Amino acid sequence: MPAAAGRIPRLRTGPTALDRLGTCRARLGLDRNHYTVNPGLYAVGAPGPDSPVVVTANYKLTFDTVRFALAGRDVWLLVVDTRGINVWCAGGKGTFSAAGVSEQVKKTGLERVVSHRRLILPQLGANGVRARDLRKACGFEAVFGPVRAEDLPRYLDHGIDEAMREVTFSLRERAAVIPVELVLGWKPLLGAFAVAAVLSLMGHGFSLAAVWSRWLVAAGGTLLGLFCGSVLFPLLLPRLPRVFSLGGAGLGLAGALTLPLFFPLAAWQTLAGAGLWTVALSSWLSLNFTGSTPYTSPSGVEKEMRRAIPVLAACTLLAAILFVAGNFSGGSA
Amino acid sequence: MKRYRHLENVATLAYDREKCVGCGLCATVCPHRIFAVRDGKAEVLDREACMECGACALNCPTSAITVTPGVGCAQYIIQTWLPGKRGTSCC
Repeated sequence: MPAAAGRIPRLRTGPTALDRLGTCRARLGLDRNHYTVNPGLYAVGAPGPDSPVVVTANYKLTFDTVRFALAGRDVWLLVVDTRGINVWCAGGKGTFSAAGVSEQVKKTGLERVVSHRRLILPQLGANGVRARDLRKACGFEAVFGPVRAEDLPRYLDHGIDEAMREVTFSLRERAAVIPVELVLGWKPLLGAFAVAAVLSLMGHGFSLAAVWSRWLVAAGGTLLGLFCGSVLFPLLLPRLPRVFSLGGAGLGLAGALTLPLFFPLAAWQTLAGAGLWTVALSSWLSLNFTGSTPYTSPSGVEKEMRRAIPVLAACTLLAAILFVAGNFSGGSA
Repeated sequence: MKRYRHLENVATLAYDREKCVGCGLCATVCPHRIFAVRDGKAEVLDREACMECGACALNCPTSAITVTPGVGCAQYIIQTWLPGKRGTSCC
């Protein structure tokens, strides 16, 4: 649409099939590091000089969430160049900052498009944007809007309330990060399978069938650990102990106890080794889930890691020893 | 978020009441609702909820609040432990 600063693209406020496909790909971690839109100024509906300006990042998943939330509104959308990173992480990295926002304000000639001097920033960008620096840099006042884009319509109509200001971590939000955890874990998973294959070469009986049956137990323990740590753990998080590695280990233990059901003929040492690996892997993956939560502090995570990692390393070594010892004891069927 | 808690007594959040001018920006930006302004001064209501994002300290006009900001992410912390890879990313 035409405006004082030249033509400004008007956005769709409903998803196309391509948008949905892109969202699925990003959620699966397939190209989430290159899922970007061009930074700049966009129109939602038919905004005028008095319409509010909402600021967001140029990660397309974020950009889509914001524009779809604004369906039926007349709003300007200013997209900052965060190199395709979401607002929260870009704030921490320094790309969603007073300098980054004011750069887009100047590039787009926003002061000639709108008559007011007010930008609505996502609250989760406040770790990167110092409001008073933004005013100094471009003359626009920064107002922190809601945490979630879905609250924008209510915010625009009624202003802020406490519920809009607090981060959440609902079942739905926790479930949404499971696919990416699983897909990004395929390389370590292949590594674990390879190590399991090498360990399975050692044992009583060297026939292909014997090696294969031993490898199946190790691979089964690995998959159980992955399931407990990367699927069950996020889903059950609010009901688990506050120490991530302990909760993960507990779930891993529950998973490990099912191993004899799958492999009734394996030696008990082999099963104990595979089971201990399930516990250690589940615990490790749970510890890594700290990066997906909105409430763990770096100080807390580092403290837990310093305690948990030596224990997990020892458990992994013991698991390998038990596994091989069991395979030599004859229970290779 | 009251039901989500990690380790206690670890956050680097520090608040100097003397320096506070009661502007309330900390209360506005905190995603865990740790601050509230009462009688012209900010109060720390729930220190244990701090995840050290740094939004309050960055926006505090008088440096009454300080915190060592960072991301509470195991992958990222491992990267900072490795030599020569400081400042790489996870999200």
